[in-house]
Amino acid sequence: MLIFSVFKTLTDQQVTVELKNDLSITGVLKSVDQFLNIRLDNITVLDETRHPHMMAVKNCFIRGSVVRYVQLPAEHVDTQLLEDATRREAQTQTKR
Amino acid sequence: MSSLQGYVDRRVLLILQDGRAIVGVMAGFDQKSNVVLSDSKERVYSMEEGVEEIPLGLYLVKGDMIILIGELDETLDQAVDLSSIRAEPLPPIRY
Repeated sequence: MLIFSVFKTLTDQQVTVELKNDLSITGVLKSVDQFLNIRLDNITVLDETRHPHMMAVKNCFIRGSVVRYVQLPAEHVDTQLLEDATRREAQTQTKR
Repeated sequence: MSSLQGYVDRRVLLILQDGRAIVGVMAGFDQKSNVVLSDSKERVYSMEEGVEEIPLGLYLVKGDMIILIGELDETLDQAVDLSSIRAEPLPPIRY
């Protein structure tokens, strides 16, 4: 749930999503839902000569379960805040 | 999953878990992101020859097979000469 909130704060930022089929897609994060499905706008595929499959695709919907990594823009992530929030979340989970 | 609404009646590209690419007009979807495509074609990529399009007609794709749905820019897509494209097929996903 925490990560979902983090992604919500990152809408309209440029991110790179690496999928579990080794495809990397860069685009503007348009929306995210509770499964961490991601919508990207204005996309480009890394190494387009090797993967021309998505040449005519400008925006896409990616299933959350096939995402391996999301590269975030460091300047838009408050790591201190995130650290505190994850600790707080971990604490409430051990209490339960 | 509500974000699939914008793709209805648009020409879309689906990429599936096994690496297959299917294009078609999205006729509908449901909350599990199962998708119905009309006038669909599979695009088979290979290094030996150009892209082969296999007509599939009306197709229902299970949501859990889909890894990506992309909206095709029709003018851009028609400008691409598929027969001249040589590319490895997309790899299947590995968890």
